[in-house]
Amino acid sequence: MVARLQIPKEARRGALIELRIVIQHPMETGYRHDEIGRVIARNVITSLVCKFDGAEVFRAELSPGIAANPYLQFYTVAEASGEFEFAWIDDQGKQGSERQSIVVR
Amino acid sequence: MKRALAVALLAAAVSAAPLAQERGIPRDRLRSGSAFLGKDLRGLQADDFANPGMLWVERGEKIWREPAGSGARACAGCHGEAATSMRGIAARYPSLDPQSGRLLDLEGRINACRAAHQGAAPFDYESENLLSITAYVAHQSRGVPVAAGIEGQAKRHFESGRTYYYERRGQMNLSCAHCHEANWGKRLLSETISQGHPNAYPAYRLEWQTVGSLQRRLRACLSGIRAEMQPYGAPEYLDLELFLAWRARGLPVETPGVRR
Repeated sequence: MVARLQIPKEARRGALIELRIVIQHPMETGYRHDEIGRVIARNVITSLVCKFDGAEVFRAELSPGIAANPYLQFYTVAEASGEFEFAWIDDQGKQGSERQSIVVR
Repeated sequence: MKRALAVALLAAAVSAAPLAQERGIPRDRLRSGSAFLGKDLRGLQADDFANPGMLWVERGEKIWREPAGSGARACAGCHGEAATSMRGIAARYPSLDPQSGRLLDLEGRINACRAAHQGAAPFDYESENLLSITAYVAHQSRGVPVAAGIEGQAKRHFESGRTYYYERRGQMNLSCAHCHEANWGKRLLSETISQGHPNAYPAYRLEWQTVGSLQRRLRACLSGIRAEMQPYGAPEYLDLELFLAWRARGLPVETPGVRR
């Protein structure tokens, strides 16, 4: 599972910063069938959490209505230097995570 | 001076003579597939972060640096940094392999390289690994104009690709040209018919929700006209890929493209 994260490396204190993440994932809906008619088991990322130095700043509950390779973008205010950690889990229990630090001046 | 004039006259004579190889759509009317996309999708392709194809490119970079096969050698072990060594390479494919004399597309070249230099098993067609490494290598040529050669032994493949392109086939009895040369720019239900150029592949197609190869796209077209699909890697596809590259020469490589 490849994921890409885009967070500014540096920011001014109090500035609004944009956080973006793309995760490579099939987001299999559970409504499709294979060539011989068997249901393809549902497998979507169900939950994604972003923490800043351990404190939750963003949470998303995802569902089969969301396309493959989900892309999420949100904003937060840069208050202090620290580390953003993204963690997610899918229906098969597979977990992924990415982390990146920011320096706030 | 006299010699320069003679050269200039010769050049003028050559350009005035009817070209032996005319393409169906002249250079000034060539449009990449991205020209037929809406603003949103063009934006998605142009945004190197949001473009989902970049996930495959990133994975391809890992494969590039990872030792593989009996020699435990990575692509980077011979070729170094892809940004310099692979710049412009994809734009020249499909191309003849001087050793075997076979026509290879970029996927075929990568697998031939794995066998000959890494002692590694080939990646399966349409596997995530082959798509990723191909996307990564092709991405290094982004912006470089497509310029596949059709001289010498390649000529035979080119001619057979051209024949395939203009031949009617399938239950709909259509050739590639019926849509992509005679009717591009018009609507087919909700879609605008493109000119059918290969310069963005491997590309992320929304319909697939994943990255796919040019051959997968060709198979989708064949299925659309209810024609028989060849298996991946069939010589018909390779010849057609060469014809398509020749037909698109001058268009910039866009890999990883985003397509509907």
